[in-house]
Amino acid sequence: MTTNHILTVENLTARFQTPDGEVAAVNNVNFHLDPGETLGVVGESGSGKTQIFMSIMGLLAKNGTSSGSVRYKDSEILNLPARELNKIRGVSMSMIFQDPMTSLNPYLKISKQMTEVLVEHRGMSEAEALKRAIAMLDRVGIPGAAQRVHMYPHEFSGGMRQRVMIAMALLCDPEVLIADEPTTALDVTVQAQILDLLRDLQKDFNTATVMITHDLGVVAGLCDRVMVMYGGRVVETGSVRDIYYDSHHPYTEGLLKSMPRIDHANEESLFAIPGQPPNLQNLPTGCAYQERCGYVMDRCCAERPVLTVFDQGRASACFREDGQ
Amino acid sequence: MTAITAHKPKKATSPILSVRDLKVHFSVPGKGLFAPDRKLRAVDGVNFDLYPGETLGVVGESGCGKSTLGRAILQLIPPSSGQVAWLGKDIVGAPHREMQPLRRDLQIIFQDPLASLNPRMTIGEIIAEPLVTHKPELGKDEIKVRVKRMMARVGLLPQMINRYPHEFSGGQCQRIGIARAMILEPKLIVCDEPVSALDVSIQAQIVNLLQELQREFDLSLIFISHDLSIVRHICHRIMVLYLGNVMELADRDSIYAAPRHPYTKALISAVPIPDPEIERNKERIVLTGDLPSPLSPPSGCVFRTRCPFAQDKCATASPTLDRVSETQEVACHFHDSIS
Ligand SMILES: Nc1ncnc2c1ncn2[C@@H]1O[C@H](COP(=O)(O)OP(=O)(O)OP(=O)(O)O)[C@@H](O)[C@H]1O
Ligand SMILES: Nc1ncnc2c1ncn2[C@@H]1O[C@H](COP(=O)(O)OP(=O)(O)OP(=O)(O)O)[C@@H](O)[C@H]1O
Ligand code: SF4
Ligand code: SF4
Ligand SMILES: [Mg+2]
Ligand SMILES: [Mg+2]
Repeated sequence: MTTNHILTVENLTARFQTPDGEVAAVNNVNFHLDPGETLGVVGESGSGKTQIFMSIMGLLAKNGTSSGSVRYKDSEILNLPARELNKIRGVSMSMIFQDPMTSLNPYLKISKQMTEVLVEHRGMSEAEALKRAIAMLDRVGIPGAAQRVHMYPHEFSGGMRQRVMIAMALLCDPEVLIADEPTTALDVTVQAQILDLLRDLQKDFNTATVMITHDLGVVAGLCDRVMVMYGGRVVETGSVRDIYYDSHHPYTEGLLKSMPRIDHANEESLFAIPGQPPNLQNLPTGCAYQERCGYVMDRCCAERPVLTVFDQGRASACFREDGQ
Repeated sequence: MTAITAHKPKKATSPILSVRDLKVHFSVPGKGLFAPDRKLRAVDGVNFDLYPGETLGVVGESGCGKSTLGRAILQLIPPSSGQVAWLGKDIVGAPHREMQPLRRDLQIIFQDPLASLNPRMTIGEIIAEPLVTHKPELGKDEIKVRVKRMMARVGLLPQMINRYPHEFSGGQCQRIGIARAMILEPKLIVCDEPVSALDVSIQAQIVNLLQELQREFDLSLIFISHDLSIVRHICHRIMVLYLGNVMELADRDSIYAAPRHPYTKALISAVPIPDPEIERNKERIVLTGDLPSPLSPPSGCVFRTRCPFAQDKCATASPTLDRVSETQEVACHFHDSIS
């Protein structure tokens, strides 16, 4: 079957072997991405957000394995050998990493790091590649790009380094851009600049974007669709409006309610989800959210709710609505 | 749910803390091998009063001097000049002998909950340590009773008293830090980004705990944060710092309803709101450029290189912090014409 999805993920699962047992980091995740679309991935620390995309990009740590299916357009790419993956990675599909130093080599000038991929994958000459690199740095708002391209990563401020990473990710006009907490370490004023930049790029190049973040404000401003993760699973998906104005899963509801708002004078104490996020090494039988959920029923502790479509483009993994 | 958020503290007649023209300058090595040291003005003339039961928020971008200010107030970093009056008495440069009893009243909690706890001590020992130091007259049993009581108060199971920090989550470690800071029933706690490292759902738990403790013990808090949404929720007054200088100091309602300084306006407008309609349609002031180096701050108004309203005067004269209403002070030459 052909679709116009640029990325189709089915039953994606990622596991890590550790001395204390297996970590079920990603479990049966399904989603797809269309050209020009922005998907927000939200959830608590350790809920599996990053590892979904590490699996897709073939970058899981050595103790990790993934299974399921990931199709880039029509070809299966999950667990391809590095040689094959490198034709896509950083070219058609780029990732901006949570930790900038994962993708920047501290000992190499930015120029070297940026031109390499162009020479290798686009067959450009060094001079052409450098010109393209400078143009890209300029495009992401690095002042004096022609000089700065010859600097080392540590000579840039945090915000500028993040922009350099975006420029690098965009060098080959990727069709898919995966941004893992690209603004979390930045000040709000710089974050606003980077978010504007991402919005502009999307308009100009129709890039399909994945935005991984724990900031529900960022998602509200940028994303078309949202996928909410809890305990290594997707617990709710929907359009950004569905999720914010009509959330169905109790965790989504709790997350939204516990955010203090800068646009409200709230005189009450904050709503707080009780308890702790679950340990992926030792999940309870049944729903992973049961210990923190205000709607928990007997069934939730015996049986695990599966993600169920209940409306066009909407799904939730919870027994609450079945019972009613 | 009870209305406890940022309840107006009863204005006591005298502040417990008065900070006057406080400066902290660091000496940093020059660029060349033999270049002279350079002066970094981390905090450059800060003034404010703090009243019992009040929470002052300190906000601003990374490197603007928030932590340095908090530590200098507690004399954990020696101020370069200025005064810090605790209950009317200047404590800058006070000898150890005089500071020691005051430490009971002045506590701090840190951003990185795990890193700030000694990994080789049990959490019982960690929480008890200030008691052992400051109230050696208490017997072992009494200390244990108080530690367990405080653990229960901050939401830790008292039977975990013999566990080690690495066995706890980030949110629980922050509860341990709070229990340790609270065990002497201090009058002031400097909270340096206490919830920044925590997940949204855990942040709310800790913010609520701090507010309950404040009400119960009439605590004053200095709440350092870069999250202006949380600051709006927890603080009574807010100080906006930029390169070690106060840009605006105002009551919470004034500053969020009508910020007067261009930097405050930009900061507030840059905070994403978790509501798609509002977030996509709100007006934003996007600042251009990066924070200048604190080693060579701009002349005149330190904000001028990023200020959309800067004029010639801003490069030559530095604005003073002027009172523009009963509840609001602003450092901008043109605060009248631009608001
Ligand atoms: N190499 C590894 N070995 C064992 N467990 C791992 C490894 N890498 C990740 N994990 C575990 O996998 C789970 C999911 O991790 P992931 O990095 O996807 O979280 P995340 O949702 O991105 O969190 P954060 O918001 O903190 O970045 C976590 O419990 C993490 O501890
Ligand atoms: N011991 C020191 N020696 C030299 N410079 C220092 C020292 N401590 C801090 N600074 C500098 O003083 C300035 C203020 O630092 P401070 O840590 O107070 O900022 P902050 O507002 O707390 O930032 P953040 O939000 O990143 O925690 C920075 O430029 C910092 O590099
Ligand atoms: S399945 Fe049960 S415990 Fe899980 S979220 Fe729904 S109601 Fe709560
Ligand atoms: S004094 Fe000038 S540069 Fe400074 S904030 Fe006011 S208008 Fe802007
Ligand atoms: Mg992650
Ligand atoms: Mg700090």
